[in-house]
Amino acid sequence: MRNITAQASAAATRLAASDVAVEVRGISKLYSEVEALRAIDLDFPRGKLTTLLGPSGCGKTTLLKIIAGLIPATAGEIRVNGKVVTGPGPERAFVFQDFALMPWATVMRNVAFGLELKGMGRDERQAIAAKYIAEVGLTGFESKYPHELSGGMRQRVGLARAFAVNADVLLLDEPFSAVDEQNRRKFQEDLLSLVEKEKKTFIFVTHSIEEAVYCSDRIVILSRRPGRIAQIIEPEIDRAASPDAIRRDQSYLDTVEEIWQGLKRYVD
Amino acid sequence: MSLPLHAKGSPRALPSTEASFLWRKLSEHRTALWRTASIGLFFLVWEIAGRVPISFAFPTFLETLRAFLNMLFNGAFVAAYAQTLQPLVIGIAISAVVGVGVGIVMGLSRFAEWLVAPVFIVLQAAPMAALIPLITFVYGIGLLAKTLAVIMLALPVIALNGYKAVRNANPSLVSMCVSFQGTRWQTITKIIIPDASPVIFAGLRLGLAAGFIGVILAELLITPTGIGDLITYHRSVADYPEMYAAVVSIILVSTLTLAALEAFELRVLRPEKRRT
Repeated sequence: MRNITAQASAAATRLAASDVAVEVRGISKLYSEVEALRAIDLDFPRGKLTTLLGPSGCGKTTLLKIIAGLIPATAGEIRVNGKVVTGPGPERAFVFQDFALMPWATVMRNVAFGLELKGMGRDERQAIAAKYIAEVGLTGFESKYPHELSGGMRQRVGLARAFAVNADVLLLDEPFSAVDEQNRRKFQEDLLSLVEKEKKTFIFVTHSIEEAVYCSDRIVILSRRPGRIAQIIEPEIDRAASPDAIRRDQSYLDTVEEIWQGLKRYVD
Repeated sequence: MSLPLHAKGSPRALPSTEASFLWRKLSEHRTALWRTASIGLFFLVWEIAGRVPISFAFPTFLETLRAFLNMLFNGAFVAAYAQTLQPLVIGIAISAVVGVGVGIVMGLSRFAEWLVAPVFIVLQAAPMAALIPLITFVYGIGLLAKTLAVIMLALPVIALNGYKAVRNANPSLVSMCVSFQGTRWQTITKIIIPDASPVIFAGLRLGLAAGFIGVILAELLITPTGIGDLITYHRSVADYPEMYAAVVSIILVSTLTLAALEAFELRVLRPEKRRT
């Protein structure tokens, strides 16, 4: 485990420009009188899974939505692949906490929806969608409707939809919070193999410490409102080990404990 | 020696499974059975009340049924509905197109909401029967006045439902569409309107029901034509079974039309509901 303090983070995490997928520069957000985020500077390394972790109300989802271009920042800028972005763009795809699936559309149409919006032809987009439906393990469910699926399966549809548009950066907003515990564990394991396979940059918001440590290459811990970077941790866990071995690994358990000790003071 | 065999239960089990099969068959159609029983009970109470009698002007169920079948086969209903349905169909068609259109625009634009919504809210709250004599002064007693009566009753509820449906479209789906770079037009046509369509359709059903009220009010208050004429005429000559049969017929027609609209909605617009 590598522990990078907030003060040292700017220097320690300054990577070569080509290794950074998303740069956050001086982002602040005010909701009328409430200061949600204050002067956030952060780099997200390419091809890695970075988690935003923090107490509830620390602005982690706000930061993710600012990166996605879904809400405007009060100050600062976001650069994706070196270019400043102001709204949603094809290089980023979002996975929603509440899945955001169209209840009137089949799994196939939901997964292909991003491509449908781009004006891609029916056969072409369905072929691409079919590939990702298979990748998230939903083969055979193409013509089902969302209400016929479990919570975990619905989020797999949301994930496949984000994969299908072939964005470089995937933004996941508490994707497992509406999924039951057992499905969540299985899903986390599957997500790790997808991260390995897809070679994309993942930015992941969660409030589960275990989930963050289990899934992430790097964990950014935000302080309570106004959200600032409190700590950056890189859990050095051998991902080649089996999921069950990781969950029993001493360094995994130590990292969870360390983060909990740091976050405890923010909990009422 | 046969007793132990019996104890094993196989000969006795047979009739009980048969009974449970019958019970399962029955419970499959339970809602339909209850509905039929409820209607049957209503007719029975009606028949009893008519025989008591509550009033000399209150016919029994069987008398009404006889009058109903008579009028059905002698062409009285056909002629009456040919007249009644004209303002109804024209009025509902105009209300549906204008109401859904205005409702969607109000839901999408704050300015249109500010400009138009108060008019519909007042119209919906106003007792329309009081305004119908006013229509007669301005538009006379013809088809135009009756169509207007239908529109005045049906349009506000259709427009307000459309407006509320669009305004309350699932914000998560809207931001999903935006995050995948959907244009404003795509967001409206692919997300907002499909998401709003169940409530828009509920508005159309309410509008149709209000339209029936409107057309009957117009036929009773403006000039007696069609089904309103049947009711007024039979009342004036004290043919109470015929008068009741006319009233029942309009209830029947409006119920069946509403059910047909609902079935159409399920079949065409909500594919995911069909399989449940």
